[in-house]
Amino acid sequence: MMIRESDWGHYLEVAAAWLLAFIWAAPLLYATWAAFHPMDFVSRFDLLSPLTLDNFQSAWNVAPFARYFLNTFMLVCMTLTGQIVLCTLAAYAFARFEFPGKETAFILVLVQIMIMPDVLIVQNYLTTSKLGLVDTILGIGLPYIGSAFGIFLLRQAFKQVPRELEDAARVEGAGWFSILLKVYVPLARPTYLAYGLVSVSYHWNNFLWPVIITNSTHTRPLTVGLSIFGAPESGVNFSVISAGTLLAVSPLLLAFLLFQRQFVQSFMRSGIK
Amino acid sequence: MRLSHKTSRWVYAWLLLLPASVLMVTFTHYPIVGGIFSSFFSTPRQGRPSRFVGLDNYAYMANDPVFWQVLKNNFVYAFGTIPVSVCLALLMAVWVNGKLPGRAVVRTAYFTPTILPMIAVANIWLFFYTPQIGILDNICGLFGIHSHSWLGDPSTALGCLMVLAIWKDAGFFMIFFLAALQGISPELEEAALIEGAGRWYFFRRVTLPLLMPTTLFVLVNSTINSFKLVDHIFILTKGGPDNASSLLLYYIYEVAFGFWDTAYASTLTVVLLLILGALAVTQFKYIEKRVHYQ
Repeated sequence: MMIRESDWGHYLEVAAAWLLAFIWAAPLLYATWAAFHPMDFVSRFDLLSPLTLDNFQSAWNVAPFARYFLNTFMLVCMTLTGQIVLCTLAAYAFARFEFPGKETAFILVLVQIMIMPDVLIVQNYLTTSKLGLVDTILGIGLPYIGSAFGIFLLRQAFKQVPRELEDAARVEGAGWFSILLKVYVPLARPTYLAYGLVSVSYHWNNFLWPVIITNSTHTRPLTVGLSIFGAPESGVNFSVISAGTLLAVSPLLLAFLLFQRQFVQSFMRSGIK
Repeated sequence: MRLSHKTSRWVYAWLLLLPASVLMVTFTHYPIVGGIFSSFFSTPRQGRPSRFVGLDNYAYMANDPVFWQVLKNNFVYAFGTIPVSVCLALLMAVWVNGKLPGRAVVRTAYFTPTILPMIAVANIWLFFYTPQIGILDNICGLFGIHSHSWLGDPSTALGCLMVLAIWKDAGFFMIFFLAALQGISPELEEAALIEGAGRWYFFRRVTLPLLMPTTLFVLVNSTINSFKLVDHIFILTKGGPDNASSLLLYYIYEVAFGFWDTAYASTLTVVLLLILGALAVTQFKYIEKRVHYQ
């Protein structure tokens, strides 16, 4: 895109791009600064200010972060496992079977891509409460396990698998289930990775449904825990809030910085968060 | 023999679909239908079971000033954030796609807000907006502007949410433009340059039209997001002051889980569904096209 590199306009553009990058990174950098310094130094950018880990210590003591981490971890694992199993089966049916009602069923799947359970909070709360799943981790994840988006992505991937591979396996006497496991699933690995990353980051970050459906420390995921912890009523200062916030986002942030390419590609593939 | 084989394939297919369908119907299709249904009934209260009230809930909604306020807020929010974040996203993509020194660092900076939870970043931004000690007031102080309660003032509260949304979303939309830009062959530009076309001219007449499908996709998605994501309201303003920064979904949450008026909350949800449905029709056309590309 850059053509006349000696152009002063080019330098101006580089400067603007960097300025924007700085503005975009600033909130996180600032939170990092605050988290590692005593509260008195929060708005004093003196490079010689004393560093401290006390804020992390207080954050960890003020809120049951260990429990929140465990809850989020269980939620994310359970949801992703359920999604992968159920979506694989459904996607296989859509990709390789002919059956009456297929078109209608697929349109019904597409409906959920547009209208996700996120906005259907009122009725879903009533349903979850009838099922006796209020304030359970299963209750947080269940509405998302039948994931239209997962079905849609995997169906696309399965459709690209050459028929000959399936036929060859069948000649060798493999049934449909072992064909699915040994032919389709391995070939769709990039799609699973993409979907997995998107799903994990979605449920790690999800807030509205969890805040509705949980009401105890034993089930609250990190986001809900953070919202209580960060509320002005909790009386915690900004340094400690920053430390807690960094704690909560660090696993995902670290994973992102390490596997950036995969993350970006996954989000791109998926299109819809 | 042949027919029974075919029938057994049907049964297999439906068995494969069954687990996912049960969950989808329970948590997507049933609540859509059930929500519409219960918008014609009253909320069951103690000693008073739910009864058919016709369009009463809708009449109530039409006369509810808060409903009109949050609807207006939501449109202001959407039309205020989307053009800005989409333009920024395009700009970011063009920069990151070019020969920029430190390109990888810049790209990471742009994209990182996307993967962070809204709740976490709202905690940080809350401090920026805090009067006196917050960064915003400190910066304004340098220019001699007096301390201001950014989140407590009805005229600035929604704006504060919008700035956060732009910051959070621009990097996400950037990756779609980036993918599209990488799909445009470099020969096209070389040819144009030989013909004497300027860079800006080429961008306007070639690149931009080629980015149209991506732009449409991003526009629809960002509009859906602006009706779907209300997490930051919980941290920054709780909809206040006086509903000045409340959005439709947040109001639904308040009505349902603050006042426990599930029938009215369902009525409000129907409006949200209509808006999302209209967007869905637009997007459906796009998805069809995308399937075609693959």
